[in-house]
Amino acid sequence: MSEPIEIAHRESSVLRISVRTAAIMLAFTLVFTALMAGTYRVTEPLVAASALTEKLRLIGEVLPPGHYDNDLMADAITLSPQKALGLNEETRLWRARKGGEPAALVLEAAALDGYSGRISLILAVDVEGHMLAQRVTAHKETPGLGDYIDPKKDRNKTRPWITQFSNLGFDTVPQKKWKVKKDGGRFDQMSGATISARAVTNASGRALAWAVEHRDKLFALPANSRFEESKP
Amino acid sequence: MSAYKDIAWNGIWKQNTILAQVLGLCPLLAVSSNLVNAVSLGLATIVVMMLSNFAISALRAFIPYEIRIPVFILIIAALVTGIDLAFNAFLHDLYMVLGIFIPLIVTNCIVLARVEAFAAKNGLRAATFDGLMMGVGFVWVIGLLGAVREFVGQGTLFSGIEMIFPQLSGIQILPVEYPGFLIAMLPPGAFFVLGLLIAGRNWLDSRANQRTREQRIHHQADHANSVPA
Repeated sequence: MSEPIEIAHRESSVLRISVRTAAIMLAFTLVFTALMAGTYRVTEPLVAASALTEKLRLIGEVLPPGHYDNDLMADAITLSPQKALGLNEETRLWRARKGGEPAALVLEAAALDGYSGRISLILAVDVEGHMLAQRVTAHKETPGLGDYIDPKKDRNKTRPWITQFSNLGFDTVPQKKWKVKKDGGRFDQMSGATISARAVTNASGRALAWAVEHRDKLFALPANSRFEESKP
Repeated sequence: MSAYKDIAWNGIWKQNTILAQVLGLCPLLAVSSNLVNAVSLGLATIVVMMLSNFAISALRAFIPYEIRIPVFILIIAALVTGIDLAFNAFLHDLYMVLGIFIPLIVTNCIVLARVEAFAAKNGLRAATFDGLMMGVGFVWVIGLLGAVREFVGQGTLFSGIEMIFPQLSGIQILPVEYPGFLIAMLPPGAFFVLGLLIAGRNWLDSRANQRTREQRIHHQADHANSVPA
């Protein structure tokens, strides 16, 4: 007699427990997601400010102050997302001039094929098409293995890996030799961590080619204007 | 007080996360290629383990048993994300050096293991202390592993310390011409050294066991001699 009632009772209690548990899970998810979002909102401007300071410091590293006499921060243009540079977002490009004459371009690029994803680069290319220097600005390569692409982590302090690109152009290293030695190119890599070096080398080659190709147009644009990819 | 002594002894030796539980191998093997990286990751892990144990112990009354694992993971992930962001915003210089290690901590299952095995069943103070001690146990082993690998692999110790303390620099122990021993720097080297460390711990433990056993037999023998039947 009482059996069907009991089953119904048990079923309803199972349902009730499930709903209660789901509600608690939902509550935890909402609270902790809100906490994360709040932390993000609070820290975002601070993070952006320190990223900008860091960028200015890096520009100083790739472009020695003696190479230009204009106000670099004022003489900048915005680039639309440039696939050739590995970029999916707008970036700034700074134009260095000396005595009013074009001297160098400072631009950002990215390698999307690092060992652990994206490697961000900043590089300076002078008006003759030589890469003055480049630096890695952000990466997630394996600590102690692939992170030698960042000179701060490179064990070779006198001649860090990244400095071998300095002052080279396609006149000294042909474009098809702009690869790591393992791929038949000109540049060293460290055994056991070729992927990081390959990603940086190939991305810097692409960026140099892009800078050389668009150099005249980039220098000609008025300050604070926007460079759109020229449709072929 | 002896409960706290037990927690400390468990963390540092008996239930050592690496040597006894063999947990958290992913960050362990990835970051132990030199001493400075290893200790940096270890210190960050201590902070996360203390906070996660504290948080879960505080919230344990509200977490239903059936969904404890997803809730734990949610809380740990939120904590680590928060630490990562706060570090980046308020301690940017240090973040440039240690920042890469913080997301790696999420991959360390020891954090979840301690939350599940200890924090969910114990009070705030004991749980936080357990997080600290498990972290200390993690630091000394990963530090030793990093030191051995760095020494064998490149003949130095403390390389990279200048990123944390600019006035210091790494020590070249073997001659500069030392060609290095690449395998020590690669993941297989981490497994070899870790295997040797675990073997060393087992050897020490079995020796200690044998000694207590021998002492007991001696005792019994003395006893038998002194009191003839």
